[in-house]
Amino acid sequence: MSMFRAIVAAVAMLAAVPLIASASGDPAIDTIGSPVSPEELAKFFVIMPDGEGLPPGSGTAAAGLPLYAEKCAMCHGENLEGLEGTGAPPLAGGRGTLATNKPFKSVESYWPYASTLYDYIWRAMPFHEPGSLTPDEVYSITAYILSFGKIIDEGTVLDAKSLSEVKMPNVDGFYVDNGPDRLIYRAQGGATSK
Amino acid sequence: MPDDPTKVMGRALLEDGGYGTRSQFETAVKARADNPNDMTSWSYTPLADMKGNLTPSGLHYERHHGGIPAIDPAKHFLYVHGMVDQAKKFSVADILRLPSITRRYFIECSGNTYEEWAKPKGKNVQFTHGLLSTSEWTGVPFATFARHVGLQDDASWVLGEGADAAVMTRSIPLDKMLTDGLIAYGQNGEMIRPEQGYPLRLVVPGYEGNMMIKWLRRLQVSDRPFMTREETGRYTGLMPNGRARQFYYSMDAKSVITFPSGEMLLPKPGHYEIRGIAWSGRGRVQAVDISMDGGKNWIPARIDDTPEAMSSVRFSCPWFWDGKPAILQSRCIEDSGYVQPTRTELIRLRGDHFFYHYNAIQSWAVAADGSVSNVHV
Ligand code: HEC
Repeated sequence: MSMFRAIVAAVAMLAAVPLIASASGDPAIDTIGSPVSPEELAKFFVIMPDGEGLPPGSGTAAAGLPLYAEKCAMCHGENLEGLEGTGAPPLAGGRGTLATNKPFKSVESYWPYASTLYDYIWRAMPFHEPGSLTPDEVYSITAYILSFGKIIDEGTVLDAKSLSEVKMPNVDGFYVDNGPDRLIYRAQGGATSK
Repeated sequence: MPDDPTKVMGRALLEDGGYGTRSQFETAVKARADNPNDMTSWSYTPLADMKGNLTPSGLHYERHHGGIPAIDPAKHFLYVHGMVDQAKKFSVADILRLPSITRRYFIECSGNTYEEWAKPKGKNVQFTHGLLSTSEWTGVPFATFARHVGLQDDASWVLGEGADAAVMTRSIPLDKMLTDGLIAYGQNGEMIRPEQGYPLRLVVPGYEGNMMIKWLRRLQVSDRPFMTREETGRYTGLMPNGRARQFYYSMDAKSVITFPSGEMLLPKPGHYEIRGIAWSGRGRVQAVDISMDGGKNWIPARIDDTPEAMSSVRFSCPWFWDGKPAILQSRCIEDSGYVQPTRTELIRLRGDHFFYHYNAIQSWAVAADGSVSNVHV
């Protein structure tokens, strides 16, 4: 091929590209996948520590007590202790044990954010009927669990605002560390972890 | 069974239905954990029976938090939204049309071997280390989806969400997602099994298994982590001072001898081929050492296949057993230079209550009668 014809061919190819390509320059980008509207995405949720994602509604521990008794106690126990044989973890207790040789982790003693409790109950509980609770029911049951653990007052009305203001006892109990352990690079018998 | 298979016709083509079955003499299966509730439980891969580096899909360990969902791929979508220019949903058919890659990665539950912190608990290698499996995963890199939706400037985290009864959620750093995050649909050459996430699974190579969201239906991009239950109340490591390390994602270098291992019996002194598996979630397995005397002396093992990043290798080492008690150990050396720690060292590093990410050297004691058991040295 002469230089001239090669250039003509190259230009022709370049010119042909826009015919099949999209504005983004990649034909696949606009033809694969469909745009979704906020309305379609409204069926999903995830709740952030600052309260983003919390639905409208409210609840109290008083309203939560009968709901908990009816929907949760069969597995998590009347005293939130977690009943053996169900696999359900305890939801209260263990404050002050994390630095001992018998650490007891529960929502009360270990979980850093109340938002996580709301999110998880709404998402996955009751275990055998996931996704069956209304936002008000979740606010009420959350209030009951938090007041049982003396994290909020019995009378607190939980809603999007007050829930995001709840300070969990162990909120400062975590730090980001993906390892590897720095100590491993110090001699055996040297410093131990704290 | 015919006495002589050369004297009778064999089984006809496709008589077994066209999918194929293993020999009737092969019986290894997954074993369930001793948990009260099979809907949120796990099963272990029979590691001692593995014949190569890849785990047969049907023997891949399982961990579910709400049972195995039944999902019709024709009705399943992956939504990608949040801090993006254009939120989109992708059908499974859409995803199958995108350019794909295929990689071998291990997946290990960060709870693998957790019972060994306190005492030698697992009777055999299936129960000590069986929350580990390796597959060839095929799928579309997250980066491809990122181009389709357009990431906004402050985007730094991605929530993965599953379509199971637990609606499993984890936050994954965007960096990781753009480095090698994979939206997988293929496992060992076929569509992913239901237990493993059919039709879509998020694969974040080398990270703890819990992050590899099965039945993936949604990726939400954000500028901060979501602090889901699994990354706060669970899957965090408690240190002796009562504070916990969070976002400890990587599965550190680890290895285990699968032959001889717990509950086996060596019939008599003589030549044996020690075999095992080594893996590392931060890089490649560089070398594996073997000790026959409980860690006093070490010799290099042979690596039986080609080490790949965030994958496993098989190793082996010839051994003449003189009939005297012996303690067999293996230690994995990663290409970074990191060496798999002893249990004493790991406890020095993390205390007794870290629970997850136990990667200490495993010891198998061979008694004079040839019986093999799990011990701590
Ligand atoms: C049928 C038994 C059952 C019922 C009823 C039940 N749960 Fe659970 N719950 C479980 C199991 C099992 C788990 C652990 C799930 C897992 O780890 O995969 C759990 C976990 C939890 C957790 C997380 C605890 C932790 O430490 O990680 C919370 C919070 C919770 N349940 C709240 C509730 C609430 C509130 C209700 C009532 C609305 C409820 N559960 C009803 C069985 C049950």
